[in-house]
Amino acid sequence: MSIFIDQHTRLLVQGITGRDGSFHTRQMIAYGTNVVAGVTPGKGGQRFDGATPIYHTVADAARETNPNTAVIYVPAAGAASAIFEAADAGISLIVCITEGIPVLDITKVLPYLHERGARLIGPNCPGLISPGKSKVGIIPGNICKPGRIGVVSRSGTLTYEIIHQLSSRGYGQSTCVGIGGDPLIGTSFTECLGAFEADPETQAVVMIGEIGGTDEQQAGEFVRRAMTKPVIGFIAGQTAPPGRRMGHAGAIISGSSGTAAEKMAALQRAGISVMKRPADVVELLEQRL
Amino acid sequence: MNLHEYQARELLARYGIPVPRGEVAETPEQALAIAQRLAGGGPVMVKAQVHAGGRGKAGGVKRAKDAAEAARHAATILGMTIKGLTVRKVLVVPAADIATESYAGIVVDRESRRPALMISAAGGVDIEEVAARTPERIHRLAVDPRYGLLPHQALTLGFQLYGELAQARAAAGILEKLYAAFYGVGASLAEINPLATTPDGQVVALDAKIVIDDNELDRRPDIAALRDATAEAPSEARAREAGLTFIKLDGAVGCCVNGAGLAMATMDLVKYYGGEPANFLDIGGSSNPQKVVNALRIITADPNVTAILFNIFGGITRCDDVANGIVEATRQLSLKVPLVIRLTGTNEAEAVQILTAAGFSALTDMDEAVKRAVAAAKARAA
Repeated sequence: MSIFIDQHTRLLVQGITGRDGSFHTRQMIAYGTNVVAGVTPGKGGQRFDGATPIYHTVADAARETNPNTAVIYVPAAGAASAIFEAADAGISLIVCITEGIPVLDITKVLPYLHERGARLIGPNCPGLISPGKSKVGIIPGNICKPGRIGVVSRSGTLTYEIIHQLSSRGYGQSTCVGIGGDPLIGTSFTECLGAFEADPETQAVVMIGEIGGTDEQQAGEFVRRAMTKPVIGFIAGQTAPPGRRMGHAGAIISGSSGTAAEKMAALQRAGISVMKRPADVVELLEQRL
Repeated sequence: MNLHEYQARELLARYGIPVPRGEVAETPEQALAIAQRLAGGGPVMVKAQVHAGGRGKAGGVKRAKDAAEAARHAATILGMTIKGLTVRKVLVVPAADIATESYAGIVVDRESRRPALMISAAGGVDIEEVAARTPERIHRLAVDPRYGLLPHQALTLGFQLYGELAQARAAAGILEKLYAAFYGVGASLAEINPLATTPDGQVVALDAKIVIDDNELDRRPDIAALRDATAEAPSEARAREAGLTFIKLDGAVGCCVNGAGLAMATMDLVKYYGGEPANFLDIGGSSNPQKVVNALRIITADPNVTAILFNIFGGITRCDDVANGIVEATRQLSLKVPLVIRLTGTNEAEAVQILTAAGFSALTDMDEAVKRAVAAAKARAA
């Protein structure tokens, strides 16, 4: 098994003909993801690379091809609208890769999705991959390998670094989820941890957090209360100065609760093994398995 | 993007919030003229306009009993340095008689995933201190963005601040307008501190702070035009124009990384191995060689930098593109400090070949690269 996506994922790509959308669609198809349709307004009726049908709207694509997951590569100005559109068409898992969406747009997106029972992953995230089954987003398939470790992270390349450490030392992954670096995101650490706990194939989880907000502390609380599987944690930003946004819109220390030290202490209190550096991941994992 | 107090006051006034009129001076003479015109020679406040908290404690906010003293205060404050930033403008505003000082603010609350209004009757001081010491004195309301701030909610908050109906209603009106302004200008923070009452019972906003979500600027050119590039550190302004995210720190190891999370983890590892990072720099997902050139130019402009570390995890970014960028950059700039390069992932072998041909060595292990960069920085500094 795996979480959120697997061999039954039927994927719709919003923004399939754009620069990023077309590049990553080819990567996803090459990985084996079942891409059933694409959407680009104005290009309905065409086929992507001569095969995948393109529609003007998500509603048309949903009616004709029955996707259960959508991935969004639409530029920031239209990305919130693309999320609304996917939810309106009844798609239950929406993965938004786009970076730079105004936070206030997301305050309106989230209740809309909640009312329709849809899950959003992201925005500003690398998406997810269940190695050997399906890849939705931009995580490079070649660094992953099938296995039993769940990975959940707020970051992109830092996640690749840690996946790389795991894979190269023989630890494959059940699913890797990038939940996104923005202040407001659709799916939290806690929700991913809950899904990994319920997934019989996942044996242990690596969570990669960073400064800003309190999502990691809440996740720690969840681990203490409800998780039986071992969890290994990392927090990026120990050297970040307060009040400065470290690239990600959400990575900013305001008050004392957002610091790396506070988060690492909270994870440790919850029984999570906390890495001092990314290279520690396998050693800590082996101590707990 | 931070706005100056005077810009925030103007925006709030545009949304109908009562804000006493003030004007900005860049010279003592202008301050004198504004004080005479707005206060008729009576007392005024002279306030440094700078993107830093604690202006008052730093001596950047002074009360003047008349226009002549306003000019003298302006002469002192203009050119003053507060938290590393030079004061270039002062706001001159008639000094109000204050009966009470409260606080009102809105932020996006990450926990409830909603905009949250916060009010406190204990305003005029550092609200974070009030929140830390006496959290019960802050009232919070997470607003449902589908319906906005409802009138009864605003009035309930108004009564938390004032016992008297007219003032509670006035405060409720101000909160509704503040909420409208929050969404209207694309803010991530909008606050009034103090929200004051005058001896004759008026409720007015005496000071305002607005931070704009950078992601809003593309669709709000009028707000983007409020950016004061002179109020930013020059290296950060240059990086922003080049499409890079850069934050200057005090260490000696210049860092150039793709991805914000990996950039933070790299800085942390520099510290772990006994060094200090000179900066945060994310070159982003693009492999454009010009970005690498710009990044190196910004890093090498810092005289504290004694070694430069590249840490690239090629996923979407192709390592060979970054390698070409490094070769190109070192052709354009004469580097005086050692360069340690770590590349792994997509097209790693091609990258190593390109770099080796140009006389550089490239590593694939992150820890090894960081150790070498720290050692190189120390050897140079010694």
